[in-house]
Formats: sequence, structure tokens, C-alpha cells
Amino acid sequence: MLYNEPSPLETKVLSRRFGAPNSASIDTYLADQGYQAFRKAAGMKPEEIIEQVKISNLRGRGGAGFPTGMKWSFVPRTSPKPKYIVVNGDESEPGTCKDRVLIENDPHQLIEGVLIAGLAVDAHAGYVYIRGEYRYLIEVMEKAIGEAYAKGWLGKNIQGTGFDFDLYAHSGAGAYECGEESALLESLEGKRGIPRIRPPFPAVVGAFQCPTVLNNVETYCAVPAIIRDGGAAFAALGVPKAGGTKMTCLTGNINKPGVYELRLGFPVAQMIEEVGGGIPRGRRLKAMIPGGSSCPVLTAKECEGATMDYDSMSARKTMLGSGGVIVMDDQTCMVKALMRIIRFYAHESCGWCIPCREGTTWLRKILVRFHEGGGTRSDIDLIGDIGKNMLGRTFCPLGDAAAMPTISFVEKFREEFEDHLAGKPCPYEHADHGIEVLSLSR
Amino acid sequence: MADLVKLTIDGKPVQAPPGTLVIDAAKTAGMEIPAFCYYEGLTLQAACRMCLVEVEKMPKLMTACTLPVAEGMVVRTETPEVAAARKYMLEFLLTNHPLDCPVCDKGGECELQDMTFRYGVGESRYTEEKVHTPEKQYSPVVFFDAPRCILCYRCVRICNEGLGVGALGVVYRGVGSEIAPNKGDHLECDECGACIDICPVGALTSGIYRYKTRPWEMTHVATICAHCADGCRTTLGTRNNQIIRGNNRDRSGVNGEFLCIKGRYAFDFYDHPERLQAPLMRVDGKLEEVSWARALEAVAQKFNGTLAAGGSFGVIGSNHTTNEENYYLQKFAREVLKTNNIDHHRTGDVAALLDALSGKEAALATAADLYQRKAILILGADLALEHPLLSFQARANYRHHQAHLYAVTPGPVREDKYSVVSIRVGGPAAKVGGDLGVIPGRDVGAVTTGPGAAPVGGPGVVPNPNAGAPSAPGPRWAPVTGPGIATGDPSGFCHPHNVEAGPGDYFAALEHLRERLKAEPELVIVFDDSFKGQDIKRLVEYADSLGIPVKYICLVDYSNSRGALDMALTPEFLPGYQPSGQPGMRVDEMLAAKLDVLWVVGANPCKAPGAGDRGPGFVVVQDMFLTETAKLADVVLPAACAYEKNGTVTNVTGEVQRLKCAVGAMGAKPDLEIMGFIAREMGVAAALGPWLPDLVLEEIRATVRGYDVPAPALAFGAAQTRPVNGRPSSETRPELVRSEHNGLFDSGTLGRYSRVLNSVLEKRLSR
Amino acid sequence: MTFSPQLEARFEKLLKSYPPGRQRSALVPMLLYAQDEVGSMTDELIDEVAQRVGVTPLQVNEVLSYYSMLHRKPMGKYHVQICTNISCLLNDGDKLWEHACKRLGIGNKEVTPDGQVSLEEVECMGACSWAPAIQVNYDFHHFITPEKLDQLLDSLTKKQ
Ligand SMILES: Cc1cc2nc3c(=O)[nH]c(=O)nc-3n(C[C@H](O)[C@H](O)[C@H](O)COP(=O)(O)O)c2cc1C
Ligand code: SF4
Ligand code: SF4
Ligand code: SF4
Ligand code: FES
Ligand code: FES
Repeated sequence: MLYNEPSPLETKVLSRRFGAPNSASIDTYLADQGYQAFRKAAGMKPEEIIEQVKISNLRGRGGAGFPTGMKWSFVPRTSPKPKYIVVNGDESEPGTCKDRVLIENDPHQLIEGVLIAGLAVDAHAGYVYIRGEYRYLIEVMEKAIGEAYAKGWLGKNIQGTGFDFDLYAHSGAGAYECGEESALLESLEGKRGIPRIRPPFPAVVGAFQCPTVLNNVETYCAVPAIIRDGGAAFAALGVPKAGGTKMTCLTGNINKPGVYELRLGFPVAQMIEEVGGGIPRGRRLKAMIPGGSSCPVLTAKECEGATMDYDSMSARKTMLGSGGVIVMDDQTCMVKALMRIIRFYAHESCGWCIPCREGTTWLRKILVRFHEGGGTRSDIDLIGDIGKNMLGRTFCPLGDAAAMPTISFVEKFREEFEDHLAGKPCPYEHADHGIEVLSLSR
Repeated sequence: MADLVKLTIDGKPVQAPPGTLVIDAAKTAGMEIPAFCYYEGLTLQAACRMCLVEVEKMPKLMTACTLPVAEGMVVRTETPEVAAARKYMLEFLLTNHPLDCPVCDKGGECELQDMTFRYGVGESRYTEEKVHTPEKQYSPVVFFDAPRCILCYRCVRICNEGLGVGALGVVYRGVGSEIAPNKGDHLECDECGACIDICPVGALTSGIYRYKTRPWEMTHVATICAHCADGCRTTLGTRNNQIIRGNNRDRSGVNGEFLCIKGRYAFDFYDHPERLQAPLMRVDGKLEEVSWARALEAVAQKFNGTLAAGGSFGVIGSNHTTNEENYYLQKFAREVLKTNNIDHHRTGDVAALLDALSGKEAALATAADLYQRKAILILGADLALEHPLLSFQARANYRHHQAHLYAVTPGPVREDKYSVVSIRVGGPAAKVGGDLGVIPGRDVGAVTTGPGAAPVGGPGVVPNPNAGAPSAPGPRWAPVTGPGIATGDPSGFCHPHNVEAGPGDYFAALEHLRERLKAEPELVIVFDDSFKGQDIKRLVEYADSLGIPVKYICLVDYSNSRGALDMALTPEFLPGYQPSGQPGMRVDEMLAAKLDVLWVVGANPCKAPGAGDRGPGFVVVQDMFLTETAKLADVVLPAACAYEKNGTVTNVTGEVQRLKCAVGAMGAKPDLEIMGFIAREMGVAAALGPWLPDLVLEEIRATVRGYDVPAPALAFGAAQTRPVNGRPSSETRPELVRSEHNGLFDSGTLGRYSRVLNSVLEKRLSR
Repeated sequence: MTFSPQLEARFEKLLKSYPPGRQRSALVPMLLYAQDEVGSMTDELIDEVAQRVGVTPLQVNEVLSYYSMLHRKPMGKYHVQICTNISCLLNDGDKLWEHACKRLGIGNKEVTPDGQVSLEEVECMGACSWAPAIQVNYDFHHFITPEKLDQLLDSLTKKQ
């Protein structure tokens, strides 16, 4: 089912079957060149598969943007241990809801991507880790896996290629941190979602102490197209150094929120105005978070000339992240926005390491008090300082994910923090009711 | 040590073997990197972030506790950024800390206090509310104060990895994370207190030490635990002639930091209200307090009178008294009382092992061997309960060196979880030897009476026609094999699934075991009293047939069980296992015979009900308590306990260590002194020599085979005695060898008078 | 402890989904599926699952207390989960939450006296583009306004 109308500006590669009748069924998939890429890959050498993925310039879609072909090449193929393919379908980064539509509308595309990864690294079993809240998707996935077994696309000697592969869906039970790759593996092994010390990286010591390829749902979903049409064709869709399209979730204050497949390098202004239909109620853009709540926020000004790709975002000291675009209009209270974001990280910190465990909660307490009007001037610096004291010093990137928005919100919207001082109630909360907005569109 | 890695730490060139962590390399080079969660020997956590250091070419600060050294690495531990990281890490930590140092047990030896002093911020910027939760009692021993906890996970790891218990865990997440006990609101565990000791702050405290004193007000005396034969060093903290606590933080002794509940807390029998403080004498059929002079005089008169009349003597010694006392006692018996009726309760057949090993060099293992040797075979004993240190050593060996463990035991044991092969023999411990099949020609069927099928047949075992078809459903034994490879992974410790059902055929399992053992490069065999006499000879033959170097530990029960044998509290031997060549009575015979004088030093042979009739003779008992035996005595002389005297004891692995007097005894005297006074009173003191522990030790070192241990080694640590040939005489009666198989909370007479052990047992019963 | 045949079948499938000796892997999904049937993480359930996957009850406790979807207390027949995270907040998710609390007269993780409805303020559930979003048990409802919430609650409580 589609939850939003597609946009004519989309480049539909991964989402090309979305909206087709029965798009999730194996018959629909097979009728549209489904599993042909697997057949092709089965005739290729593993190094050739990895080479095509490298050429495609596919970078991980889970948030970190690590080159996928390179990651696969780290797996010690000759290791006597079994190898595993793990799909990260934990999708919990606020602002992100794209893996959900990929699985819901086209689970076989994911299965095919996993199979090709299996061929590339000599893995014969895989797990699709899906967040517990997505129970219906686990059912979709299990149904698709069942179909694939029934039609010989999973199991022993798949389609006579001599390649065996077993795939299982695995449910999480509510924990953002289990999206972090090593915490995910712990969770997959029936433990608390606490990250592991790295190195060794999962490619060498992953699931069940064995070499493991772990990628985001969208990353695997891009693989069939890469093998089918060649890495170069995929690369050509994007920008240099980052190939293909990105499933982009438009969220927040936007007229046509939804998940859209846009080629990498898509202009931000066009994305907001044309794909997203602009900002509701005639308001203006105040800020945007480009890739889920962990990324530093961009002011409207910084969005000028920006394009949705890794380089453009890193030039603006933020990240493309997971593709969860959060649009904030000129009446958004930035203190409240940060307070809500930090509440999230404090709730989701696994608690393993001191700076994240204590830092996120300290920030949460200050921000709640601050937003309620109990702040002091020194709190503003303190908030930024706590962020800086966490940044780069935590055990896993969740601490950074909390620190980065904190530092950027305070830096870029300091005036709004100051406006909250002196025991006044939030000057932005009731903006809708006619109060003059002070710091418009900075 | 061929290829050392060269790196630079704070400008200083440092070399370390590959794989060394930067934090350790720095420490060796004399630079301390602060750490909370890093703890030598336990798994890495990278949680506290205190050890962050700057490393050239690395984009951010790195944790020195997880970073292995690399060639050419340049590390800086004192840059402004590192200092800031530490400072703010402490600021984070203190946000939720109650800062109640003035009333905290840990005050003065708290690592958080130290670090804050060295690296911390002056003033906290934290003004939000702190979470307050009341302190909880988890067990008789363990109290937990959650707000003080800094979540370094040391306690969780020492319990899971070190002890193999896994009684502590972490529940909830984020700032709500909390250390939790295994039974919801309370602990059911070994009560060893290791978690308390290792806690860097005052979050875990002991019911025994809580609020008693501040660390700097105590005097510390390093001595040896009075309970089991493992001989752990325990450092007693004393104040005002009272023992306040025990621990071994300085890691001296054979046990490193390890102590079980007995070594750490069960010193408390020493001030039990029932401790005898004055001699007792039977007057008009009743025991009455008398002066030392009167009691000693009465004993001396009786001894001299009996000697003059050519009467009979019997002497029963102890498993707890020192080597010096034992030596002096047997000398007293043999040279003054002219009797060879001397014995004690034997708990392991060391003599038979020594004899079986005759001519073999280096065949006796030490506690250290259990940590170092590649493979260990445990026969019979539930090591974790009966010999906590030995079990700890083997477990650490598994974790650190992936040692291969094998266990053949009557019941489930902790080692099952990480052994390569575990074999369950049904029935009593005594069956182990027979069922193992190591004893060729042994009629196992005869030993394995009782319901169910006695496994018969198999290698070298004569089938017993009477132990035929199974009469009870299912096998009584369950051969189980472990993971097959030793991974050293402590996360598997509490994972029963590691033990999978092995081959169905019991004797096939034993054959499998033999094959696996043959493939080992070396082996330590640890066996209990299910092997004695000729069985031990066969065990050694079995081991010889493996074709690999084998070392042995013959388990014995108490703190100086081994020394009692070495010092010849037995009729068969003279000290150093020299054959005595004269007949003499053993414990049971002495009790049955109507001897004119029975002298019992630190033993309770009449403990069993019905043993009450002592006959017409004169009974002298030296003890700390009015035991069943003491109640029958004519004269009871109050003895000092192990913590109130000096001397040496020899542990289960033959390592001699010093007891140091920690507190003075109230009214009681060390057994050596009592014996010396009796000798003086009898006028025979000159023949026996001075009764000063050091001088008696000199005599032992000079005259007792195997005890020529180097004196300096004894001053600070342990020295293993040399193995000597036991050569048991033909009248040896192995059936007298009987281990009590004391668990963690039992310890013979001492245990009966330990409040802490009793409180644990009572708690268990009430649940 | 006995479970429905469906749940038993689920357990069996789960326990077979992981490499030999790795049955512990089934723990998190087993707990969630079991909670769906039993209602909450009871002591009995913890012991049972511990035994089935071969861990100690403490280890189960460590795990279940970590995951936010697993509860020690039973929730209502309809567990209404309202997201107030950033994308929903920007679309008045917080006001929706306040409305729900007021209308039901209960707070976070509380159950109405009749046991029918419980409320939970949840973090982002992956419905950000269709905000504000709620979940009733496992069913998503998108673009929810206070009015729509009222209608939904009415229909749920009428249904039984
Ligand atoms: C706190 C945290 C949460 C994360 N959550 C997710 C997630 O929900 N889904 C995801 O695919 N990656 C997530 N990641 C990123 C993963 O760690 C990992 O980089 C990614 O799954 C790798 O796949 P990719 O290379 O295909 O992106 C998260 C990372 C962190 C630090
Ligand atoms: S940064 Fe630390 S506490 Fe936070 S989620 Fe990662 S490991 Fe856990
Ligand atoms: S006292 Fe010993 S056994 Fe008990 S929880 Fe602490 S470490 Fe574990
Ligand atoms: S109780 Fe002590 S040892 Fe255990 S985690 Fe807390 S601070 Fe560390
Ligand atoms: S000591 Fe290195 S992180 Fe704790
Ligand atoms: S923010 Fe509410 S569903 Fe993502």
C-alpha cells in the first residue's frame, strides 16, 4: 500500500514496482525481471559482483554512508567459519520511514539483494532484523520468504545454481540502539542491545562470531538493479562518488509529506518546494534536518544551493544520514524541537557508557526545564558544552547522534534560547494564535 | 619475547609484546592511565571512557583499555584534550552520584574519590534533581546502594567470569540501568564478596564490614584463611583487637585477589560468644573453670603418672593446627609419651599418591599450575564448592588460555559449562574411579550398588553379573560433552546449552575422554577421596598410559590437612613419610580401645552421635569451643584460633605459607604454647626443644623430608614442598580416608561457629 | 507453562532459525510473541522462556528490561501508542498526546479502569511522513487528529 502519491520528479529504481497490484508478491516480482539479477550474479565470480557494487558507488543507506562494495570486500571469504548476511531493518531514526515501504511494497527485491550479497561473500544464511513495532512487516517478510522457498528462490541448490541460502525474519522489541550494527548483532544473539568493541568489525567477527555482511534494507534493495543494469548505470544516476537514488522521507512542516525516490544530488529547494509541495500555511522555512534527527540542523540560509548528497551535506557540516528530511517552518520553537530530540536520545541511550548515559539525561533535564521557562543564561553555554563533552568520546555513535543536533541547535539558534530566559513561557509555543514571531527564518 | 612492538607514550619509548593494550604498556612503563571499567583479567568494556588518550593519526581520542599497541604508535596521555575528557567524564559521573563520601564505607579507598581529586572539576555544574533510591540488602553478605554505582560492570564480570556464578546482571537501560541480583530482589550465589571487593566505589558493601570503621583506622595483617585446604592469603583489617574485614587486595599469596566467603568473612568464629576463655576441669562429674596453672598441673601429673605406670596413650591431632604444632605434637607423643597411637581425620590419601609417584620429578601441581597448564581433569569433586580457589584458577585458565577442562563427577558441576568433556557417573562419589574405567580389573558392579544399572564392561573392567539389566528407567549416568573446543568465552558460562548430550554409550564416552586426553600436550589431574589406596596407583598408571606429562593434586579438606599428613599425625609414618615401623592405633581404634589417656588437640572425633562413650580413661582436649569431644573431657584447654597465632600451614598443593597473628586471644593460648607448657610442667621440655614457632619451623626445615623450603620464599609467599615417597605400609587402611566434601558454607567446627556462614544457610533454608 | 498451538509453533520455528547452540538468539522475538499472548512478562513466563532457550532468569530479565516494547505490567486490550517525536511533534503529535490523556483520564503506561485501553507515549515508529501517527497494538494509524482519535477510540470500545 502506498501512503502518499508518487511525484513525477522521482527516479524510480528501487520503488519502480510500488503501487503495482500485488507488488509484494513473488509473481509480480518475477514478471518484472525479478530474480534475474541473482541468476546473472550466480554466473559471475564473487570478485566480479563486488567489483560491480564498487563501480556503482553505492554507499550504505543506513546513515553512515560507507561504500558498500568496500565493506563486502572486507569479508574473509576463505575463512572456514560460516558467513552471514544481516539486514538492518531496525529503522528507528526519527524522520525515517523508508525501509518500511521498501519491505511492504517489494520484499522480494530485498531477498534478491541479500542472495546476491550471499554469492559475493559465500554466505548461506541471512537474517532480516526488523524492529518489533513493524509486526505487519515481519509478516510480509515471512510471507515473501515462504513464497521464495516455495518457488525455489531460497533453500538448497537455488534454481540449480548449486547455491544454498536460508533466510529468516527476526523481530526486535523496541530499541533504537539496536539499529547500530554491533548492538543489532547482540540483539540478534538474544542479548541486550549493547554495542560491541570494534575492531573487529562485523565483516570479520559478526553474527555468532562469524564474518558478517550487515547493511541497511535500502542498500540491499539497490543491489539487484546494480547487477542487472551494471554498476556504471547505477552510478550515473547519482553524483560522482555516490551513485544511484536515495529513498527520501519528507517529514515535518511540508505539504506533501511522503517517501520519494530521488536521485542523489537532488536540489534541496526543489525537493521541498516541488516534490514536497512547499511549506503549509504560507510559512517559510526556518530549518531543516537532512537525514534523521542525528544530523546537525541546517538553517534556511544554509539550505540555499544545497543538494541531497554526501558531499554537499558534509560541506555544510551535516550529513545525508538515513534520508529522513525534517522540515521546520518559521514558527517552530527550536528549543522545544531540540528538547524533544534529546528526550529521544536519553530514552534510547543503551546506558553502557558514561558520557552518553549521563549526558543525554542531563541535557534532557536542562532542556525540559529551560523550555518551561526555568532556564538561566549559563544554561545555554552549558547545553552546548555538554554536547561537546560527549562528542567523539562515547562508545558508539549514539552519543554523537545526540551531541550533533545539540551543538548545532545552540550555535545556530542561540537567540531563541535567549528568548526563553527570564521565566517567560515559550514565546513560540502559541505562535499559531497570533503572537508576533521574533526570529523569523534565520 | 622476540618481536616487541615499539611505540612512544608521552615522548617515552616503550616496548611491549604484540597484543598488549596501551593501558598496560603505559603502566609497565610507569605511566598510569585512569580507568574504572578496565580490570586486568576481565573482559574489556570500553564503558567508562576514563582512559581516553590521544593517538597520532587517529581522528578522535581512543580508549587505551581496548587499543592494542602498534609499531610506531605515538600516544599522549596528558594533553589538554585528554585532561578535559577525563574532567568532564567525572563531571558526568558525578551528576547522579550522591556524594555521601563522609558516610560511605569506601571513603578513603574509593577510586572515584581519588580520580576526582586528581582529575576532576572543582565545582559541578549539575543543578538538576538527583535520583534517590534506598539501599537494598541483596543477601546476608551483599548490600547495594544504586545511586553510588558508576556502572563499571566489574561486579557483573567478576561474578560471571571470575566465579562462573553469573548472579549479577544489568537491568533496564540508559540512565535507568542498574545492577540487579539473580533472584529478583535478592541474591542466591557463592556469597564470596568478590563483587564488593572489586567495586571501585561504595555501591556494593558487605554486611560484615558496613559502617564498622574507616579504612585508615585499621591495621592490616596478611595471614592464611583458616578454613579449606586451598590456603588463600587473606589480609585481615583489625582495630582494637578486633577483626573487621578480610580481603586480599595486594594479591599476595597463591590466590591473587580471590577469596571465597570463608576467607573473606568467615573469620567471625574467632569472637563467637561460645569461645572458651579459661581452662575447664571435671570436678564432681562437672566441667568447671579453673586456672591455667591448675589445669596444666593436672594434665602433667596424669601424663607422668600414666607413663610411670606403663599405661596407654592415644593422641588425636588436627587438620587445622600449624605444622609446628603438629610436628611438636607427634614428637611429644613419640618421644615423651612413647606411643605411636597418633592419628587425625584423613581427608585424602596423599601418602598413596606420593608413593605412586615415587621417582617422578615435578609431578605435584601447584595452584598456579591450574592456571597455566593446558588441560585439567577433575575427578569426583565439585571443585567450585569444595575447593573454590582451585576452581577459580581452572576457570581463569579457561578464560585466559582456552585451557581444556574435563570433568568426571557424580553430579552436575560448574565446570560442565566450559569443559570439553563432562561425564556424569551416577551414585556416590566413590564410584568415580570405577566408572572412569581407569582402574583395570576393578569390579565396578560391586561398588555401584543401588537402584538402576551399574555400567559394566568397558575397558579393563570386569563385568559384574549381578549388576545386569537396568531396573530403573533411563541411565543413571549421563555422559555429556561440552562445546568440544575451548573458546575461553565467558559469556557462555551461564549457558547450559553449551553442554550438549554426548555419545549415548557411556563407555564410548570414557574411551572418547581417553583419546582426547592423549592428544593433550600436558595434564593436571585433580582427584578427591573417591580415589585412595591402590586406586591411586592405577590412576597414575592410567595417566602414564596417556604418554603426556601429568601433574596431580590429591584433594584434602582443611587448612592444614596436608600438613597433618606431612608432619605425620599418623601411626604409619614419621614426619616426611618415613615409615614408622611400629604399630600404632588409628582414630577409630583409639576411640574403641580403653586407653588410659586420650589427648585430643583441635579435633572432634566424638562428634558423631553415639561416639559419646569414651570409656574410663582420662581425656584432655585442646579446642576453641566446647565440642562434643570437649564435653567428654576431664580437662579442656582453650586454644587460640588460626588468626591468633603464628606458624605455617601447608595447603592442598603442598605449598607452605605463614600464619600471622592478627589479634590476641582472650584467655586462650596457641596449641603449641599449651603443649610446651605441659612439657615444662612434666619436666620434659628440654627433650622436645623450644616451643617457639620459628624455632620449630627451623627444625622442620632441617629434618623433615620435603620441607627444606627456602626461608625467604616463606617470608612473603608460598613455597612448595618437595614430593617425597610415601611408601604406605601394608596396614594402610584407605577406608579411613574420608572427605567431608564441605560446600561453600560448611567448614566443620569453624563453620558451625561462623555467624556469616550460618546466616547464609538459614536464609537458604527459609526460602 | 502451556501456550497456544500457534505460539508453540512460533517458538519451534524460532528455535530452529539459528545455528546450533545459539538458541538464545530466539530470546527477544520469543518474549515479544509470548507477551502478545500472555499479556505481560510474568515471572512464570520468564522462567519458562529462560529454560527453553537455555539461559538464567536473570539473563532474561536483563534482556526484557532493556527493550521498550516488553512490559512487566499488563497493558490494556487496546494499547494506544502515540508518537510525539520530532516529525510528529511538528504536526502536533504532542497535542494529540495531551488530548488522549485527557479523554481517557490516564497517563503514560496506564490502563483505563475497565482494562480496555492503555496509553503510551512512544518514540518514532517509522511513520514520520504520515504524521502524526499512532499504533493501536500493532496497527498503524496515520495523519491522526484529536477528532480522528476520538472516533477510533469510540469504535474500538464499541466493538467488544
Ligand atoms: C544509534 C544508531 C542507530 C542506527 N540505526 C540504524 C537503523 O535503524 N537502520 C540502519 O540501517 N542503520 C542504522 N544505523 C547504522 C548502522 O550502524 C550501520 O552503519 C548500517 O546499518 C550499515 O548499513 P549500510 O552500510 O547499508 O548503511 C544506526 C547507527 C547508530 C549509531
Ligand atoms: S553512546 Fe554509549 S550509552 Fe550511548 S548508546 Fe552508545 S554505547 Fe550506549
Ligand atoms: S558475592 Fe560472589 S557470587 Fe555473590 S554476587 Fe558477588 S561475586 Fe557473585
Ligand atoms: S556496583 Fe560497583 S562494581 Fe558494580 S557496576 Fe556499580 S560501581 Fe561497578
Ligand atoms: S577503562 Fe577504558 S573505557 Fe573504562
Ligand atoms: S516521528 Fe513520529 S513516527 Fe517518526
